[in-house]
Amino acid sequence: MSPVLEARGLHVGFGARSRAAVPPIRAVDGVELAVERGEVLALAGESGCGKTTLARALLGLERPYRGEVRFHGEPLRYTSRALRAYRRRVQLVLQDPTGALNPRRTVYEAIAEGVRIHRLPGDERDLVARALSLAGLRPPERFFARYPHELSGGQRQRVVIAGALALEPEMIVADEPVSSLDASVRGEILALLLSLRDQLGLSVLVVTHDLGLAWNIADRLAVMYLGRIVESGPAEEVLAAPKHPYTTALLSVLPGRTPVILKGETPDPSRVPAGCRFHPRCPALVDGTAQRARVNGRCVTQELTVLPATGGHRAACLLAGATA
Amino acid sequence: MSLLDIRDLHVTYRVGGGGLPAVRGVDLTVHEGQTVGLAGESGCGKSTMAGAVLRLLPAGTTITGEVRLAGDDVLTMSWGKLRAVRWSAASIVFQGAMHALNPVRRIGTQIAEPILLHDAKATPKTALRRAGELLERVGVPAWRAQSYPHELSGGQRQRAMIAMALACSPKLIIADEPTTALDVMVQAQVLALLAEVVEEQRVGLLLISHDLSVLSASCDRIAVMYAGRVVEEGPGHELFTAPRHPYARALAAAFPVIGDPVSRRAPKGLPGDPPDPRELPPGCPFHPRCPDVVADCREVDVRLSAPDNGRRAACVHTGGVR
Repeated sequence: MSPVLEARGLHVGFGARSRAAVPPIRAVDGVELAVERGEVLALAGESGCGKTTLARALLGLERPYRGEVRFHGEPLRYTSRALRAYRRRVQLVLQDPTGALNPRRTVYEAIAEGVRIHRLPGDERDLVARALSLAGLRPPERFFARYPHELSGGQRQRVVIAGALALEPEMIVADEPVSSLDASVRGEILALLLSLRDQLGLSVLVVTHDLGLAWNIADRLAVMYLGRIVESGPAEEVLAAPKHPYTTALLSVLPGRTPVILKGETPDPSRVPAGCRFHPRCPALVDGTAQRARVNGRCVTQELTVLPATGGHRAACLLAGATA
Repeated sequence: MSLLDIRDLHVTYRVGGGGLPAVRGVDLTVHEGQTVGLAGESGCGKSTMAGAVLRLLPAGTTITGEVRLAGDDVLTMSWGKLRAVRWSAASIVFQGAMHALNPVRRIGTQIAEPILLHDAKATPKTALRRAGELLERVGVPAWRAQSYPHELSGGQRQRAMIAMALACSPKLIIADEPTTALDVMVQAQVLALLAEVVEEQRVGLLLISHDLSVLSASCDRIAVMYAGRVVEEGPGHELFTAPRHPYARALAAAFPVIGDPVSRRAPKGLPGDPPDPRELPPGCPFHPRCPDVVADCREVDVRLSAPDNGRRAACVHTGGVR
């Protein structure tokens, strides 16, 4: 059975002079990714690594200049009609629920809007009520006439999720769904995402910079750095025994561990370093680990292979046995 | 003498015709060279505490109690004295550096401003040079003084905010959610920088965050606030690993320890919302959300217990004072 959603050799860039030209800014630079039915995949990385661009491309909001997005094995078509049908089945949940909701519309209106746009069959009131109860807002009728400012942050995020669920999607793409929420609400929303997967068999792609979130809910984890997936595999394995020095560093700065603090920030995607794209910041090159393994010369020159979308725990690093 | 000594602080905002009690009797002490954490959800009163220390709260707000900064009571100070104290005795690093910096003025000019205000000998030229040095001190190249806020990354902006907070060599720095909008690696960089400043310049740091796991790694002591009061207080690491108050327990469990099988595929939240400060429930204000609620909790307004090995909690189950 083919995955629900796939990225194949996906390249997304910005700033190209024409449709045929290779863009100077390569935000997503060759990504293989697959989300199976009922799977929770976490896509982790820092600001500027391309994770949001990748998510947008998977939703059909950005058009790749090379490679393709496949839905149930079929390449995504970019006509407005095809995209509209696609976006009903793959729904986006945004980071900041306050910004995602119109302050002058009631909860009912916010959810009914999608139902009307997509002309869903059935009674509108029932559809809205069902979506609200699935999102944990019960009894739903109590929330119909409320405005966003009358709700708590957690309730607003539930309304946003209900808006997505109303269209009975197969998949949800959630971009930092809990990063603007309080600690106590965070767990509640993550538990909701997990229960939706269990109840409805939804596939979930969560874009996040929070590895704790991956530990909380993800089946698989893909770590992204400067436009590429640098490590992927079952979440337990990647988090318990990371193979890539970048993942190791990200985990080391969590409280209670010995931090390996990387210098600087993710470089500009218009200036991707040669060789391994992480080499200018790699702690393994500084502390001599790469030299002892006799790979340090190749780290700065040799382009690494793109990691496959599925399969076991792998890292795009010469120290982990990756080759060109 | 402690650097910051807050005694029985009450802050009531004026909202519409009525009062909104945001802080309801808080004691807190910060010594020099010490990092104290203040944790809690939105609306628990933690940012109000920050504002009260430098009297930055809106006009019409009622503040009672004592806020002693190096011995002087901030609440009864004259405006002239208060202006002298802001920046030079205590400074604040606000959350969201994008909004706290002026978008149409260069970074260097903004850092130089408090120096010019507080140092009579400073000239625009020396103040700008000092701004460059301060930027270098926090790990931003000095030439960035010429840049506008939008030209810096989020991490650099937060560093610039810290440079500004250091400009007049204050003894106390209050950092209100300084890393909330930042990536994990940049967050680690900023926290390491703050720890270095505390270590080298012996300043006292009051670190405010909703993330108990971050506080536990940086703070000597932590106070957890709920509905305007401190509900648990103790040594940073212990409070996170073995919290006593059910609310502190819920906050600690919200951030999973990676590798801990208990939290794998089991995110933990705390159902319900914090109470409206104008309509606090009777008894312990946490009882409607508390997993360990007993009949007493609905009636007894429990206060912090006497210290036991440096730890106090306001809960009937752990010897809180009735």
